[in-house]
Amino acid sequence: MVVTEITREQVFEWLRDVPDPELPVLSITDLGIVRDVTIDDHVCVALSPTYSGCPATEMIEQSVIAALHDRGLDDVSIKRTLSPPWTTDWISDEGREKLLQYGIAPPEKGGGKRALLDGMRVIACPRCASTDTELISEFGSTACKASYRCVACLEPFEYFKCI
Amino acid sequence: MSNKEALFSYVLRLGDNALITGQRMIERVTGEPELEEELANANLALDYIGQARLFYSYAGELEGKGRTEDDLAFLRDAQEFRNFLLVEQPNGHFGDSIVRQVLFESFYLLQLQALASGDDQRLAEIAARAEKEIRYHLRHASKWLVRLGDGTEESHGRVQHSLDEYWRFTGELFEADSFIDTTIERLESEWNRQVTAIIDEATLSMPEEQRMDTGGREGKHGESFCFLITEMQQLQRTYPGVTW
Repeated sequence: MVVTEITREQVFEWLRDVPDPELPVLSITDLGIVRDVTIDDHVCVALSPTYSGCPATEMIEQSVIAALHDRGLDDVSIKRTLSPPWTTDWISDEGREKLLQYGIAPPEKGGGKRALLDGMRVIACPRCASTDTELISEFGSTACKASYRCVACLEPFEYFKCI
Repeated sequence: MSNKEALFSYVLRLGDNALITGQRMIERVTGEPELEEELANANLALDYIGQARLFYSYAGELEGKGRTEDDLAFLRDAQEFRNFLLVEQPNGHFGDSIVRQVLFESFYLLQLQALASGDDQRLAEIAARAEKEIRYHLRHASKWLVRLGDGTEESHGRVQHSLDEYWRFTGELFEADSFIDTTIERLESEWNRQVTAIIDEATLSMPEEQRMDTGGREGKHGESFCFLITEMQQLQRTYPGVTW
């Protein structure tokens, strides 16, 4: 395919099909880590890591290249961009809804700036919406999730924690 | 020393602090007191290794001799590392680790915040990324320190002892850097304020004023550091250039 025939919007649309490897319910565009797409003599996708040490970074980059290859784009480069830094506020509203449907409580907006020793935040159960929930562990199955339990319906669930 | 050389050595030092902190945490894998802390420790260590990679990659570019992040981590001798003595101290019990994290991360968070609004754009970007992670780490460590200090007589006594033992390594954090740390004095007073607040909340006593141990920045490390480096570099030293 001749690169000039495709548009930036088209590439973004294709990237909506690339899942996050640790949270396959979300695409990388839902997650908000696709920062830019530039098209000149080739296609360059700017991606932003969620955490400095995120072990999925290399895999996501390979998935993007593979997805665009499947669409006939052979010359694709990836640019890692750190600025502005990714936070959970970059997750789209659609992404938050998908998380909730999947049983993961989405992160509160602007929650990363809380003081060091303040009290507990209020997290609603994704199953019954009760706010009577308790923290089991600040850490969970992946670096980006914490573990909670709903006191009302007794369901344990994961919370996509804020940074 | 040119500005670029000074920046190289500064960024390298940031990488060394992150790598050695992460490596000490990795040594504790499978040794945490409960499963949740296992997950926490491994996740937090991963952030440090990621940050070290970002700093080392940038340092390698500044140096301009083609050294990669791996070269800087695995092919330098112990005396070429410039990390703080605080972060290289051998692991003791869980409370030791928590106290060390609180003392170091209270400093590191302020340092990253200063760098995030600094003049060097690349460093500012890395710092802005890392700052969000360390804020989360410090919250975790601070809560544990409060829980242990304000816990049982046994836990209180143990972390008070850890605090008294590690205090002599905190002076080194504020050895002014002529190049970048123009805000070091403000940073020191802010660190004192924050650490005092956490120590108070944890019902612990501030350690007495004492002589400070320094030398990490000149590459003068303790004996245990050489064991850490030997183990960390073993694969690359035994099979140079090995990849997988």
